[in-house]
Amino acid sequence: MSLTLFLILCLNGLQYGLLLFLIAAGLTLVFGVMGFINLAHGVQYMVGAYLIFAFTALTGNFWIALLLSLITALLIGLILEYVVFRRLYARSHLDQVLATFGIIIFLNELAKVLFGPATLSIDTPELLSGSIQLTEQLRYPVYRLATIGVGLVVAVGLFLTISYTRTGMLIRAGSTTPEMVSALGVNIKQLFQIVFGVGAMLAGFAGVIAAPIFAIEPGMGDNILIIAFVVIIIGGVGSIGGAFVAAILVGLIDTLGRSLMTEFLGLLFNASMANQIGPALASMLIYILMAAILVFRPKGLLPAKGVA
Amino acid sequence: MMDRGALIGGMIFALLLAMPVLLPILGAGYLTGLLIKAMLLAIAAISLDLIIGHGGMVSLGHAAFIGVGAYATAIGLESGIEEILLLLVITLAVTGGIALITGMLALRTSGVYFLMITLAFGQMIYFTLTSLAAYGGDDGLTLWSLATLFGSDIVQEGEGLYFFVLAALFLSWFSVWRISQSRFGRVLRAARDNPQRAEVMGYPIVRYQLIAYVIAACIAGVSGLLLVQYAEFVSPSIAAWQRSGDLIVAVVLGGLGSRNGAILGAFFIVIMEEFLSSIFHEWRLIYGPLLVILVLYAKGGLNDLIHPKSREAS
Repeated sequence: MSLTLFLILCLNGLQYGLLLFLIAAGLTLVFGVMGFINLAHGVQYMVGAYLIFAFTALTGNFWIALLLSLITALLIGLILEYVVFRRLYARSHLDQVLATFGIIIFLNELAKVLFGPATLSIDTPELLSGSIQLTEQLRYPVYRLATIGVGLVVAVGLFLTISYTRTGMLIRAGSTTPEMVSALGVNIKQLFQIVFGVGAMLAGFAGVIAAPIFAIEPGMGDNILIIAFVVIIIGGVGSIGGAFVAAILVGLIDTLGRSLMTEFLGLLFNASMANQIGPALASMLIYILMAAILVFRPKGLLPAKGVA
Repeated sequence: MMDRGALIGGMIFALLLAMPVLLPILGAGYLTGLLIKAMLLAIAAISLDLIIGHGGMVSLGHAAFIGVGAYATAIGLESGIEEILLLLVITLAVTGGIALITGMLALRTSGVYFLMITLAFGQMIYFTLTSLAAYGGDDGLTLWSLATLFGSDIVQEGEGLYFFVLAALFLSWFSVWRISQSRFGRVLRAARDNPQRAEVMGYPIVRYQLIAYVIAACIAGVSGLLLVQYAEFVSPSIAAWQRSGDLIVAVVLGGLGSRNGAILGAFFIVIMEEFLSSIFHEWRLIYGPLLVILVLYAKGGLNDLIHPKSREAS
């Protein structure tokens, strides 16, 4: 295997990891602050992808469509929070699972009805199409580099917001002792709503930037939701820093594993054996990592302070 | 209360026993297949109720064990093992073994972490099944030979299969009921309601929970075995996490930890799916919001059934 291929895989892994981070960040904040387990978070990712598809078709311009998609994703998140989720915060996790499962079923079917069951795709925006020469042999698509850049900017922005702003302070306080924060005169409901809306928008944003790379299809959010859970468990629930480290780790391991596992096993076993178990083992890698973390650091790599 | 549970249970089984005679008279013999499907779902739901209803462990990966059982059976059949009792032993050993390992890891945590981890392990099993290229991979595997009972093909189709599934349903129902009534079941509920208290009283609660988890997985595996026998086909989709969600819906609709609830819930789901999908192709547009409304507004919010206060403290 050449160094060039390895570099490309690393970049792909980084990009996948940052996408996972955008989804996991909202999920971990919503869970950390409200103790609310939102299975429908993955659906927000699908909603984002369909929104950019619809708005691009409508306006013909990726950038206007991007703006409209983000606003709509935020609105959908706020509406869902207002109509359904708000009533579930005080309920048991079982109730939360059931209700959000119902929302997944509904939105997946709605996407199928509105856009058809077939996979859809959109073009990369013109400004970011093409590829650039990184080293002598390595060309890499600009769009993918741009998603890496945007992902990093969002990660830094989130980290600064949580660590240094008043809202971030309230979010951290709210995740430890919501009653106390509320008693001090903070409108905790409004805080929940902000966190929820931003989380939904981030997941929608992940869907938007994934749309030109992956296929847009009903149910596309379900699998990525579960990977986001794995990310959260590895990173430590409620911790943005943990989510970031874990997301990059999972992105790299998954991407490298899928490409290199068969080759690696080929060194140990004969070729047909490697071809048999390579793909199976590759798809298990991140779960094995999760299991190892559970054994050695049950609270995750970088657990949030105060989260029991 | 106990007598009422036995009475309703008896009525359910008497009705199911009479169905193969009743349905042809009513001219609805084609419903036998639907009933078998409902019974298979009920077996898995009963097992899930042991860990959710009695154990308070919300697992979102239970359907994976149906998949493991089904694939253990299918792979056994493919390698020439045809005796159903032998396949049963294999199925129990494989599902039990996998449940033991994943359960030991998942039970290092509790509450919502347990939920996420069982979901992740379930998905891991699902993807492992899709990558079994030798056994059909994504597309699944059609079985050309089915299991026999002592060399006879009585359990392969028609009434023989129906009564065999019914017997399995009865055994699952009866054993989960006996387990829940035993000292073991009481410790399990004590651990659900207040883990610290149960621990202080000297019970190694994780060991109890792990045993319950393994038993539940084994019963779900049996449901997978019978599913192969009924459908003559196996594919990874039976292990998808959405199926685990359906199982939870069945358990909660029927009433957690109640004796007949899981059976009623499973039958309700299968019949409703059949009914809704026959009148409205996009029936999931109704089913989804229906779930939300049930959770939000059903009496006591479905919540009172599982003693939420002590659960949330844990």
